[in-house]
Amino acid sequence: MPKFDQNRAPIQSALAEFEKNRVVPFDVPGHKRGKGNPELTEFLGQRCMSLDVNSMRPLDNLCHPVSVIREAEELAADAFGAGYAFFMVGGTTSAVQAMVFSASKRGEKIILPRNVHRSVINAMVLCGAIPVYVNPEVDKRLGIALGMSVSDVEKAIKDNPDAKAVLVNNPTYYGICSDIRAITELAHQNNMLMLADEAHGTHFYFGEGLPLSAMAAGADMASVSMHKSGGSLTQSSFLLTGKKVNSGRVRQIINLTQTTSGSYLFMSSLDISRKNLAVNGREIFGKVTRLADYAREEINQIGDFYAYSKELINGDSIFDFDTTKLSVNTVDTGLAGIEVYDILRDDYDIQIEFGDMGNILAYISVGDRERDIERLVGALSEIRRRYKKDKNGMLISEYIPPHVITSPQEAFYADKESVPLEDGRGRICSEFVMCYPPGIPILAPGEEITDDIIRYIKYAKEKGCFMTGAEDMSIDRLNVLR
Amino acid sequence: MDLWFSEFHTPNIKLSIKVDKQLYSGRSEFQRIDVFSSEEFGRFLTLDGYMMLTERDEFIYHEMIVHVPMAVNPDIDNILVIGAGDGGVLRELSKYGTIHKIDIVEIDEEVVRVCKEFLPQTACGFDDPRVNVFYQDGLKFVRRCENKYDLIIVDSTDPFGPGEGLFTKEFYGNCYKALTDNGIMVNQCESPFYAEDRAAMQRAHKRIVDSFPISKVYQAHIPTYPSGHWLFGFAAKTLHPIRNYDGAAWEKLGIKTDYYNTELHSAAFALPNYVEELLKNVEGIV
Repeated sequence: MPKFDQNRAPIQSALAEFEKNRVVPFDVPGHKRGKGNPELTEFLGQRCMSLDVNSMRPLDNLCHPVSVIREAEELAADAFGAGYAFFMVGGTTSAVQAMVFSASKRGEKIILPRNVHRSVINAMVLCGAIPVYVNPEVDKRLGIALGMSVSDVEKAIKDNPDAKAVLVNNPTYYGICSDIRAITELAHQNNMLMLADEAHGTHFYFGEGLPLSAMAAGADMASVSMHKSGGSLTQSSFLLTGKKVNSGRVRQIINLTQTTSGSYLFMSSLDISRKNLAVNGREIFGKVTRLADYAREEINQIGDFYAYSKELINGDSIFDFDTTKLSVNTVDTGLAGIEVYDILRDDYDIQIEFGDMGNILAYISVGDRERDIERLVGALSEIRRRYKKDKNGMLISEYIPPHVITSPQEAFYADKESVPLEDGRGRICSEFVMCYPPGIPILAPGEEITDDIIRYIKYAKEKGCFMTGAEDMSIDRLNVLR
Repeated sequence: MDLWFSEFHTPNIKLSIKVDKQLYSGRSEFQRIDVFSSEEFGRFLTLDGYMMLTERDEFIYHEMIVHVPMAVNPDIDNILVIGAGDGGVLRELSKYGTIHKIDIVEIDEEVVRVCKEFLPQTACGFDDPRVNVFYQDGLKFVRRCENKYDLIIVDSTDPFGPGEGLFTKEFYGNCYKALTDNGIMVNQCESPFYAEDRAAMQRAHKRIVDSFPISKVYQAHIPTYPSGHWLFGFAAKTLHPIRNYDGAAWEKLGIKTDYYNTELHSAAFALPNYVEELLKNVEGIV
């Protein structure tokens, strides 16, 4: 039961009050409530510019919150069942960084699944921590990486008793959850911190019948992308800490890299969105689940497309499934997910979240209407009618176990040279290669380039995947250690 | 009293009709519904403030969207009507004894209820026993049909609001699939005159051209629609709207019409140069 009045939104109230006082600004930002930049004001709207203000006494300060931001953070912590909730304005990436920096320093190990977001490994490049990868299980039919099995985590802990933390995706981009409660217990028994990347799990805290949230499972820290299913502005996010975590220390770590000019647009959007979820979340995510369930039912009637759900649950590497995610396997149509993604956009004016080798993900949220779902289903049925082809020759298995040779930091900063992709075989890569989205690395700094990887990169490029991470944007060449 | 209904046709142009009184105003799950009565145009129906029909000029629209395809293929037997909650299309179709079945899919049950109460002139079409009404999303309904209908009439609202799904490529493709071998689809295709309507018309035409081997456009003059110059799309798998047309056969049916006639049938496909140009501009792009 929340202790606080979740109908309050202290940052919103303070901004509204501040606006009323018509204070004359002789401080930054220099656009002075938009007057100094009429074109931008016309484009974004007067209200938006009026609220783009600097930290000051009545509005508190994100780096050292003592009044309205503090109260808003406490309200958020209460709503999420956390010890503390930090307002993050640098994306969930900044929350993930703060988790990694809090848990480990140079040379220390973190146990994590390979299908982590790039931001986790980037954080390790910065702080010098060493990844110990637990290979996620792979569903051969769907060609997606699943969660970590508890026994694999147990083995990794046994092999690396000096590791400082275990990190899980809760859930993965596709909606798959590991047994976070059991893994948390394991971590704690071995004096390791439990970290959760909940970039795709904000709604777990508010909906009914959804997978267990990290805070409810007893995790120590969780990065929550409020701007995804939570409805706040892009780039705004929460870092949650468990009740036993020293939040003062975490604040210091956040302040190492956080801007000192936190945007009040982002902060008010977090504040108002938290209030909305706390008050209406159950109803909102009930609707989202119903829409996604309906879409799945309809899509599965088209034939060849497989919109999967809880039937995948196996008690371990698919411990639970997030039914708000509309993940659809396309392999039986003979089309790669990325091809369906492109056809939907080019032919049908439908933009979905991403397509990989064999799957697409359509992001369903409270903003969707039934008739938009009908368009998506109608278009998929047309794509099958018009484009279906033989599925022979399709590469579906997406997961390639990494060979980690050096730490990400060492590899990233080492002396390197650029070689053609083919010649990279057997060398140690000093950069990332990934399809974006979902932004899960195919190669990370410090890993060996293998035949499988070269073949995969070529196939992904041929299918039109948007490949990122490498210095050579076309990925014809890779940087390798000398 | 000086009470007027106004609708903006562009941000700079509006049409105003002097209103005698407002007969109904309500909000359904999908839209706001109003019925007014006026001296000049009789009763008229608006949805979200956009003119749908007036008693005075609805005959033009309804005759042209029904008799043109019916005259091209006298064997039409099984018909799907999408939208058309006012019943006007049904009224025209009911003049044909040859038809066996008319399914109508209207998303908004409230529209039908309001029309039955206030616009009997068109809603009488619902009285035909061959008519089966489905209150559903048109896109969803047609997606489940294959090789079923000889004619699909798309009597949609504008390409924004509840009707937007009926202007999409997936919808036209699903209609193609739902039609029999000699199937025809006709749709209201907006106006070529004002920029925004013109863009919608071109977009719809391009999508239909992509979906059907035969795709022609014809016109009519409807005083209360923006610019008064209105277009319809005629799309078919095999039948050409002029070459496969037998005017004499239609005459024999003895159907009484106020706008449509056999001379006008072919003439309606003769379009102004600038309209031909607009259509050609999108036909080439694949």
